[in-house]
Amino acid sequence: MAHAVEEAGPARPLTMADGTPLKVALARATRRSKIRAFLLVAPLLLFILVTFIFPIVDMLMRSVDNPEVNEAIPQTVAELENWDGEGLPQDAVFAAFIQEMGDRSEGQRRNIGRMGARLNYEDGGFRSLINKSQRAAAKIQDDPMQFALVGFDERWEDKATWPTLDALAETPEFAEVLPETAALLRKWETGNSPFAEKTPKPETYPTLLTELESAQADGSLDRLLPLVQAENEELAALLEKTATGAGEIRENPLRFALVGVDPDWGKPRTWTIIKQVSSPITFSYYLNAVDRTYDIEGNIVMQPEWKQIYVQLFMKTIYVSIGVTVACLILAYPISYLLATLPPSKGNLLLILVLLPFWTSLLVRTTSWIVLLQTQGVINDTLVFLGILSDDNRIEMIYNMTGTIIAMTHILLPFMVLPMYSVMKTISPSYMRAARSLGANPLIAFVRVYMPQTVPGIGAGSILVFILAIGYYITPALVGGQDGQLISNFIAYHMQKSLNWGLAAALGTILLAGVLVMYWLYDRLVGIDNMKLG
Amino acid sequence: MAIPSYAGPLERVWYYLYRLICAAIFFFLIVPILVIIPLSFNAEPYFTFTPEMLRFEAEAFSLRWYADIVNNEQWLHSIKNSFIIGIASTLVATSLGTLAALGLSRAELPAKSLLMGILISPMIVPLIITAAAMFFFYSAPFGSDFALAQTYTGVILAHAALGTPFVVITVTATLVGFDKNLIRASNSMGADMPTTFFKVIMPLILPGVISGALFAFVTSFDEVVVVLFMAGFEQRTIPRQMWAGIREQISPTILAVATLLIIISTMLLATIELLRRRNEKMRGVTY
Repeated sequence: MAHAVEEAGPARPLTMADGTPLKVALARATRRSKIRAFLLVAPLLLFILVTFIFPIVDMLMRSVDNPEVNEAIPQTVAELENWDGEGLPQDAVFAAFIQEMGDRSEGQRRNIGRMGARLNYEDGGFRSLINKSQRAAAKIQDDPMQFALVGFDERWEDKATWPTLDALAETPEFAEVLPETAALLRKWETGNSPFAEKTPKPETYPTLLTELESAQADGSLDRLLPLVQAENEELAALLEKTATGAGEIRENPLRFALVGVDPDWGKPRTWTIIKQVSSPITFSYYLNAVDRTYDIEGNIVMQPEWKQIYVQLFMKTIYVSIGVTVACLILAYPISYLLATLPPSKGNLLLILVLLPFWTSLLVRTTSWIVLLQTQGVINDTLVFLGILSDDNRIEMIYNMTGTIIAMTHILLPFMVLPMYSVMKTISPSYMRAARSLGANPLIAFVRVYMPQTVPGIGAGSILVFILAIGYYITPALVGGQDGQLISNFIAYHMQKSLNWGLAAALGTILLAGVLVMYWLYDRLVGIDNMKLG
Repeated sequence: MAIPSYAGPLERVWYYLYRLICAAIFFFLIVPILVIIPLSFNAEPYFTFTPEMLRFEAEAFSLRWYADIVNNEQWLHSIKNSFIIGIASTLVATSLGTLAALGLSRAELPAKSLLMGILISPMIVPLIITAAAMFFFYSAPFGSDFALAQTYTGVILAHAALGTPFVVITVTATLVGFDKNLIRASNSMGADMPTTFFKVIMPLILPGVISGALFAFVTSFDEVVVVLFMAGFEQRTIPRQMWAGIREQISPTILAVATLLIIISTMLLATIELLRRRNEKMRGVTY
């Protein structure tokens, strides 16, 4: 090669046999080997992305995704954009809402059902309100004025109101003041005939309103009212009130109709909540997961007292995880030291006592703790047999927090022992001997010389156990009873029972973030490449 | 760790006390597993030792709970499922994981730590989150109607994803001691890539691949959270059946199943241990 360089001289670049410059050829070869290395990893990468990473990302999106209201009532949401939040929304909102709610197609009904469930997370009464309004919406569309009257004053719904009016319609005064209404009422088939109608002709309602309004304007209504009053005072008051409000009713029939279905629709608060929940992205699940919520002005406030459970639950999960980690640390340290300092033949034999639980099914170990700890179980029986406990004084050790902590400590102990053991095995015994020969007593030699060298093992084991403990599900679910439930169990609850998937996703994302931080620490401290298995 | 001859009396007391403490901790580790085995032969439907059992009377022991497993359609079905799902997911995880480990152990691979992080992630994410995410996604992947939830394929893919990190880690660890010159030697003697792989690389890394495969198998065999969320009644595995048993009506049949599982895990442990020793011997590593 040196010969070749001399021959080529400094002016000409080094080339391969085929004339390509060496630099280019090298770059090409490096790139090719990079690609080859990557191609080996690619199938698994693709597999993990599709089967694992996408689902996780999908779940993260679900924690902020908020499609329900927008999918069910898009026009209403669009109209609500123009509402300033003062008083009730404009009529266009009511019109769009009734139209969208009245759509009886299969898909729309499902959308509305989902919207009801979504709104129900914000306020407990929404599901029934939406269901009720959905049933009424189609009828309102057919006959808005009838419902508007009821919404204006619910006495219009009373059984006696219309028949009384019908009877009065026979009088000449009524026919004179409200002629067309009287005519329409006379057409109303009442009584027992097979053609009998429950309610007056639909045109009656708008006609009555128009005529009442004009009768009040020209003063003729005052002539009719005393007559009605003689018959029925209540009805007279109702007619007068309706006459006064007639203009308003005719202008906004749908609003009155909807309020007639449920007075909640007449409260700005209801509409504010719908407007808040209609944005396509929401942080309300996250707020909910930390016991907070939006108030009516959109400020973040604490949840009502009885709903504040998640912060406490997160804290409990962290405390239990710390407790289990500390318990594992205390139990693992002496036996790791023993395993590491015994001669290999004995050490390996004892290591089996750690590895066997490690390889034994989680459910088997949980089952055995149930067998041991339950009130009719082995430990209680033994204590009773030995006379330490009386038969009716058996200790409750399972289906509570105690059971969860005992079983979790047992299950996670090998994860603490193994990394500690592998660190301790590398510590030369000569340090301790040196310390002793320099005059340190055994305790000081151990604490000042040996223990500092085991810190990497303590760190690795503790983080590993903590990460595993914080996401634990099976054991608390089986032996935790009421108070032994951790955050994972609530995620499962919202997934399977309450079906509040957004909240489950938000709780899961918070948990995941915590675990990733711990994992990052672990990587800094130990390195994932050094993770030891078995 | 024998007691040194210069130890004082206090030290001697501590020495024995320390041994006692260690014995107690080992007792705590192993007894819960051992206690299940005799109880599974209980003739009575109790979870505790009957006085007759303690007196070692022959009538107090029976195999009725084992007979229960054999006669129970559901248990047999779940045992079959566990093996089908376990073996299928192990095959997927081992082949993909071994290939990836070969790539990961090459110095030229770009963004290695990022790739490693992604490939290991199924092991780090808490199972409940994995299960929830997979339930959402597999019910309607990318918003399509092609649902994998409640199918064998779905459970196998999920378990394979959970098992791959173990394969990647064990095979990568085996490859650390792998002499790359062997590949060069093989190539220079005219072997093509597949020949080199199957005749040179594979025999050397086989212990790592097998122990990775065993880890992957155990992961699937022992997994219950993903199965709880994603599998239908048809795909019930042994742990799922045990879960139902513990939750609904706990019967000693569960103890019999548990005993069988303990035997399986002992066998797996022995295999892994043998492989580890063989691997160490082959690489000339001795501790």
